[in-house]
Amino acid sequence: MSEEAKGLVRERVAGRPEVFVREWFADYLWDLFCPGCQSPVAGRIIAEVLEELGIGDKAIMVGCVGCSGIMIGGFDLDKVSPAHGRGPDVATAIKRIYPDTIVFTVQGDGDCIAIGAGPFVGALTRGEKITIIMLNNNNFGTTGGQLGPTTLVGQVTTTSPEGRKPSEEGYPVHAAEMAATFKGVAYSARGALHTPADYRRTKGYIRTAFQRQLEGVGLSFVEVLTACPTNWHLTPVQSLAWIRDNVIPEFPLGEFRNVTYIE
Amino acid sequence: MAERILAEGNEAVGWGALGAGCHCFFGYPITPQNEVIEFLSRELPKRGGVFVQSQCENATINMLFGAAATGVRAMTSTSSPGWGLMMEGMSNLAAARLPCVVVLVQRVGPGVQRLTHSQQDYNSATKGGGGGGYRNIVLAPASVQEIHDLMQLAFHLADKYRNPVVVLSDGLMGHVVEPLELKTTDFGPLPEKDWAVARYGQHEDGKHRAIGASYNPLKGESFVSYLIDMRETYQAIEATEIRYEEYKTDDAELVLVAYGYCARVSEEAVDAARAEGLKAGLLRPITLWPFPNQAVRDKAAQGRKFLVVEDSMGLMVDDVRNAIKGEAEVHLVDATFRHLASEDGMIMPARVLEEIRRLL
Ligand SMILES: Cc1ncc(C[n+]2csc(CCOP(=O)(O)OP(=O)(O)O)c2C)c(N)n1
Ligand code: SF4
Ligand SMILES: [Mg+2]
Repeated sequence: MSEEAKGLVRERVAGRPEVFVREWFADYLWDLFCPGCQSPVAGRIIAEVLEELGIGDKAIMVGCVGCSGIMIGGFDLDKVSPAHGRGPDVATAIKRIYPDTIVFTVQGDGDCIAIGAGPFVGALTRGEKITIIMLNNNNFGTTGGQLGPTTLVGQVTTTSPEGRKPSEEGYPVHAAEMAATFKGVAYSARGALHTPADYRRTKGYIRTAFQRQLEGVGLSFVEVLTACPTNWHLTPVQSLAWIRDNVIPEFPLGEFRNVTYIE
Repeated sequence: MAERILAEGNEAVGWGALGAGCHCFFGYPITPQNEVIEFLSRELPKRGGVFVQSQCENATINMLFGAAATGVRAMTSTSSPGWGLMMEGMSNLAAARLPCVVVLVQRVGPGVQRLTHSQQDYNSATKGGGGGGYRNIVLAPASVQEIHDLMQLAFHLADKYRNPVVVLSDGLMGHVVEPLELKTTDFGPLPEKDWAVARYGQHEDGKHRAIGASYNPLKGESFVSYLIDMRETYQAIEATEIRYEEYKTDDAELVLVAYGYCARVSEEAVDAARAEGLKAGLLRPITLWPFPNQAVRDKAAQGRKFLVVEDSMGLMVDDVRNAIKGEAEVHLVDATFRHLASEDGMIMPARVLEEIRRLL
């Protein structure tokens, strides 16, 4: 293989989207996540989509507090880090001020529908023309793996040592299905990253979500099931099987709302 | 010629904001500030501005965070219970060095008493009520005209220092109706906002902008260097921005210290006392932070006595005592001196006059 061809192969295997990871973070990023964590994988596909749609230059990113928010350091975009749970509020203001930019949040499940349930529902209610991407790892990763609104029934966490009990902690919240019930929502889907096929499908969901924002239809929401091997006490490979066997049965994949026009 | 109208204090907030070129308002209804949000919902969109009624005050303050991050002039307003919900957001705005204006129309507390006026949020406004020990610049208007004028100054100071500014009003100031001259004040040039996130990331240096409520190692900051920077800003504000007004203090043996509606009440009491030959005067802080320490201290050094008049259980009085450092007598007329035992009561000039007579 020629040197040039080798370079191309290297680029395809190990290259990164332009909008992602241009600075110090490039070397540092991978040290910030546990082995097998899928948060940065989600970050990568978001960056790929921004680049493929050619909207990297007009996107403004709103991060979150949590492992799901660490990726913000890798994005070479104008960006704002809000308080825990408040991403949709911050994104609302920015989008209203600059309606022709692409404004998106990346939030954890705790950030989005525990502490941030108010901002999330507020944005859904108003049908803000923003994109919300929620990484659902079924727990509060950052703070040590506590129970979250998306924790599976029976799942052991550091604050549900005997497993989630519906009688006390209720049942998992289905954010994508819930978002789909709001009339101001243009798009709502849930994807996973545990197989190459799912990676591609999820990337398609994120692409459609950004497209709906580009068209100015309404709010677009994508929930991504991500592995958190550390707090699940599984190996990275076991985590992928766990997603297939336990997480997806509770959180079905697919599109729950997809409209191109809202009255 | 400047236009003159009749307006209530809460409308003057809106007129002042429009005069300052405020582009965004985020609000949530709460008495006694509803006229602010209603006024701006009507007037801002007409002028191409952004108005959003949010789902709660926690949301408004974080919408303000997003708006301020873009560098446009933006504000919110609330009353005491909503102010409590804004504390995390206020701390973050201060930490991110985001210029913005928050109008606090105080009502009776603690907790949820009734809907009327008070001055009970002095500490959380002037001492930084959220986490982290930050400072807000706090302006205290005492007339409808001054509400309007200080709104414009508030936006200027926020931009000048990259710091949140609180305009501290109350239920009485918000509803009193007085003549108002609409005018735009030019306070001079301001620094460029080249730190702000922008449309299409258009920055001359080709680099992106990142706003967050913490120090930024990418800008070469450490936690300590960030604190030192912040303190320098606070010191510059203290050195430059103290504002107060004196009324008949030259020969006063008793100096009243009061802000907002209590300053109006105190002024009347001073006039009544003078008519009886009692040498009382009034020092009215216009900036509550930075507080006019030196002005108070100088009067203490001249052997004057002090009477603080404030509609709370005694909050600003601590700042007066702190300025005086035990050099003079400090007395207090507080919320327990209201003329009615119900929440509708006010501190009345007659009651203040009684205290002046007792002390002189
Ligand atoms: C007001 C506030 N409360 C609590 C916290 C602590 N905290 C930080 S991240 C987090 C949970 C994050 O969980 P999630 O959003 O699911 O993100 P993950 O780490 O799992 O990606 C909590 C509770 C905080 N930063 N701010
Ligand atoms: S704790 Fe979980 S979510 Fe956080 S970095 Fe580790 S694997 Fe990822
Ligand atoms: Mg999580």
